[in-house]
Amino acid sequence: MLSRRSLLKLSAAGILAALMSAAATAADTIKIGTFLSVTGPASFLGDPELKTLQLYVEEINAAGGVLGRKLELVHYDSGANPKNAINFVKRLVQRDRVDVIVGGSTSGETMAVIPIVEEAGVPFISLAGAIEIIDPVRKWVFKTPHTDRMAVGKIYADMKKRGIAKIALISGDGGFDKSCRAQALDLADDYGMRIVGDESYGAKDTDMTAQLTKLRATDAEALVNCGFGTGPAIVTRNVRQLGIEVPLYQSHGVASKKYIELAGDAAEGVRLPAAALLVPDQLPAEDPQRPVLLAYKKKYESAYGPVSTFGGHAYDGLMIALQAIERAGGTDKEKVRAEIERTKGFIGTGGVFTMSPKDHMGLTLEAFKMLEIRNGDWTLVE
Amino acid sequence: MAEQLLQYLITGVTVGATYALVGLGFAIIYNASQVVNFAQGEFVMIGAMTAVWFLALGLPYPAALALAVAATVAVGWLLAKLAIEPARRASVVATIIITIGASIFLRGAAMLLWGKSIHALPHFSSDTPIRLGSATLMPQNVWVMAVTAGVVWLVSLFFRRTLTGKALLACAANRTAAHLVGINVSLMLLVAYGLAALLGGIAGILIAPIAFTSYDAGIMLGLKGFAAAILGGIGSPLGAVAGGVLLGVLESLAAGFISSGYKDAVAFLVMLLVLFLRPGGLFGRAVAERV
Amino acid sequence: MNQAPAGDATAGAPMGAPEAAAPARAGWRRLRESHLGGLALFAALLAALPLAAPDNYFVTVVGVTAGINAILAVSLNLFMGYAGQISLGHAAFAGMGAYASAILTTRYGVDPWVAMAAALALVGVFAHLIARPVLRLKGHYLAMATLGFGIIINIVMVQEEAYTGGPDGMSGIPGLSLFGWRIESDLEWYAVVAAVLVAVMAASLNVGASRAGRALKAVHGSEIAAQTMGIDTARAKTQVFVFSALIACFAGSLFAHQQAFVSPSSFGFFASIELVTMVVLGGIGSTFGAALGAIVLTLLPALLVVFEDYEMLVFGAILMLVMIFVPQGLFVGAAQLLRDRLAARGRGAEGG
Repeated sequence: MLSRRSLLKLSAAGILAALMSAAATAADTIKIGTFLSVTGPASFLGDPELKTLQLYVEEINAAGGVLGRKLELVHYDSGANPKNAINFVKRLVQRDRVDVIVGGSTSGETMAVIPIVEEAGVPFISLAGAIEIIDPVRKWVFKTPHTDRMAVGKIYADMKKRGIAKIALISGDGGFDKSCRAQALDLADDYGMRIVGDESYGAKDTDMTAQLTKLRATDAEALVNCGFGTGPAIVTRNVRQLGIEVPLYQSHGVASKKYIELAGDAAEGVRLPAAALLVPDQLPAEDPQRPVLLAYKKKYESAYGPVSTFGGHAYDGLMIALQAIERAGGTDKEKVRAEIERTKGFIGTGGVFTMSPKDHMGLTLEAFKMLEIRNGDWTLVE
Repeated sequence: MAEQLLQYLITGVTVGATYALVGLGFAIIYNASQVVNFAQGEFVMIGAMTAVWFLALGLPYPAALALAVAATVAVGWLLAKLAIEPARRASVVATIIITIGASIFLRGAAMLLWGKSIHALPHFSSDTPIRLGSATLMPQNVWVMAVTAGVVWLVSLFFRRTLTGKALLACAANRTAAHLVGINVSLMLLVAYGLAALLGGIAGILIAPIAFTSYDAGIMLGLKGFAAAILGGIGSPLGAVAGGVLLGVLESLAAGFISSGYKDAVAFLVMLLVLFLRPGGLFGRAVAERV
Repeated sequence: MNQAPAGDATAGAPMGAPEAAAPARAGWRRLRESHLGGLALFAALLAALPLAAPDNYFVTVVGVTAGINAILAVSLNLFMGYAGQISLGHAAFAGMGAYASAILTTRYGVDPWVAMAAALALVGVFAHLIARPVLRLKGHYLAMATLGFGIIINIVMVQEEAYTGGPDGMSGIPGLSLFGWRIESDLEWYAVVAAVLVAVMAASLNVGASRAGRALKAVHGSEIAAQTMGIDTARAKTQVFVFSALIACFAGSLFAHQQAFVSPSSFGFFASIELVTMVVLGGIGSTFGAALGAIVLTLLPALLVVFEDYEMLVFGAILMLVMIFVPQGLFVGAAQLLRDRLAARGRGAEGG
């Protein structure tokens, strides 16, 4: 918030610019390109993602790099705008000539750049949620976050346990929101859910009371909000303002303390599916994820503050890419791509990843946990 | 249907109050200087964002709010002195571009100072919803409506009872004549901009607890406030207020009964209709044309 | 009466030139007035650039975007300069062209050139329809009316997602072929866009030097005076409005095929303001100014991408500073300065 931060950003950017021009001659670094929504409506996705990448690139370089080569992170802030994402990916591919891209905080941006990475033949690990990123499978595109389809499945399963059968949907107009909503409509019958209301809002809207007023008039027994970033925070507050008392479910697009901060007291009792990264202490001792999660949490929190699953997705993406480069013995793009596809049993923050030529994400439903917000913090309710 | 209507009216009047204050600011500046101040919406944003900032710095809430409004007035004066006065002989097109430039500049500065994320202010009093039949009302909504009404009344008193207010009106009626009777016209400019900034700043702090604020919250508010001023008749301050409330209600009803996606288009459709069919607006007088 | 200054090097007919000029002289004057020499030089520079630096990202990728912005700025300048009006919604015309091309080719499999023609027809009719009511307004009201239209069109782009793909836009737009030759590489697009830019600039300069153009300049000076002289100001303004809209529409279609992607944010309020900034920077009424303003304001943010946070601040500052201190625009101001210097030197040399 203070101008000191922008001064710091400016000098960091200046140093990065200098580094970039210097590195143009140092051809033996491993270049990792990234475009993230660090600012803008998806900032609580992109900001921890960038911080995580920077943190770990620094740590790995201090330990000698990968295959004896240093890592170089080339990053751009696309602000959740697909047009910017396209420009920056073109820049990463043509000008910066990166070896692999780990980025794309939002589904809209990811979908927009897929044609470019497919044509350029650069391995791309996306950090966004929509299932259509990897379904149909595309040669060069992978992703680490759980899909929206999984999120909806998890939510419906929980609702069934609570005896809920009639639901109302409210979603934003971005790629992830629409995809999530499509999954919600698709899976409703499988779980015996009836959808009695379906409203949408714009990404920049600051008031959803009109839509919620309409939904309040239905006989829905629960509300599902498909979205990420600031939209769901406003929806949550409006739900409280309008005195709506039925349970509110969010997607994993709000798995960050920032959401709780913005939504305030209204977030009490909200349920959402999320990675166990938010509640590692509440996991059983034998869970193989526990040590990885605690290590990441400790490292991130000592540098920056509370973790979010988004930073975790970036960690997973970076590690999968680097391990693939190691196994491939170099940065030959075809070989790296093949090795990413051969990721088996990688214990990440999102779960245990096993990819295949038919599955470019590698997670199953067990990797997702159901959480509830109590006293301004996350609680496991599985 | 009727139960939803009340809810829409509550939202509409609340949002309309904000448009009213912004529109009033437009009208005052236009009257004083024949300039349409495209940066009017930014005053609202600055009021809200500086309040958030002062609060984050640790100041007690009332002090943060007061300082925020004061800071906004200061920005209004800077705008008048640095951008408007040097260009007072410029053409209409030039002044439009200057104020647009000012609004973009202020937005860019806000972005650098405070980042791009959205912020909320705490509610003035409690944040427990009040039940009104089947609709709910937040105490903050009441604050918005009451304070706006109070401010509008004070402003009308200012124009009718105080000497400065009357001098300001005189400038609007005929600048040269006002100058000839000894009114300090450039001081009046500062008064007008200061007043408009004051109104904008107050609107900002009123609405921020309900609708979040961010560096670009001012754009749409400014444009819709202008639509409100046109609806009411750009020369008429009271018309701007009425236009604002009417616009807010229309927008809310359209969002509820027609389509929430096209909500923002309502203000501009109304504005276009007014411009084409009745440019004087609902309460305005005939506009003097510049040849 | 005082002596007319000798060697008055201001562009345009020397004062007191005999009215019964031979047609050749009139033609030559028109050519000179239309600055075609300068245009040829500009075209040569554009052609030389990629030959000198064929692999440079700034020339090939950013250059294409700069070219399209230049086409848009020149079209806006036609309206703003010759009609003396301001349009805050010009990007919407480009958007209509882009989306019409995108939707027709991607969703309905129409041939790109047919789609482009359809877009031009659509925008032409639309511009003509709104021209009358809009152009009756003046000053602020005109500005706000254009703003209103621009924003409403943008909202439609965002809302009608079944057709437009919504706020995240539409990708997979097919490419463009010219007589069987597919425009594929960035360099090929550069050539096409540069050629279109030069053609549009020539047209714009021609308008300025033609009878219609002089009528429009008269309108800019004083509409009432122009009407008194018998000029149909409404018709002149409408013609230039529609013409500038058509150029913008065409540029938008090109943009859609070149990027293979369209999204509403490219054609919103801020995009329209950027175009106004480009015209203002160069000088309202100057074709070269508009093109150069566009090129500068496209290259600079790309070169200074580390300073992108400052972009808004800089745009706002440019608008304010230029309008307050150099309202005729940087390019026009510089050209005037140069001419005055040359004139002074010319006068000095003749011992005047």
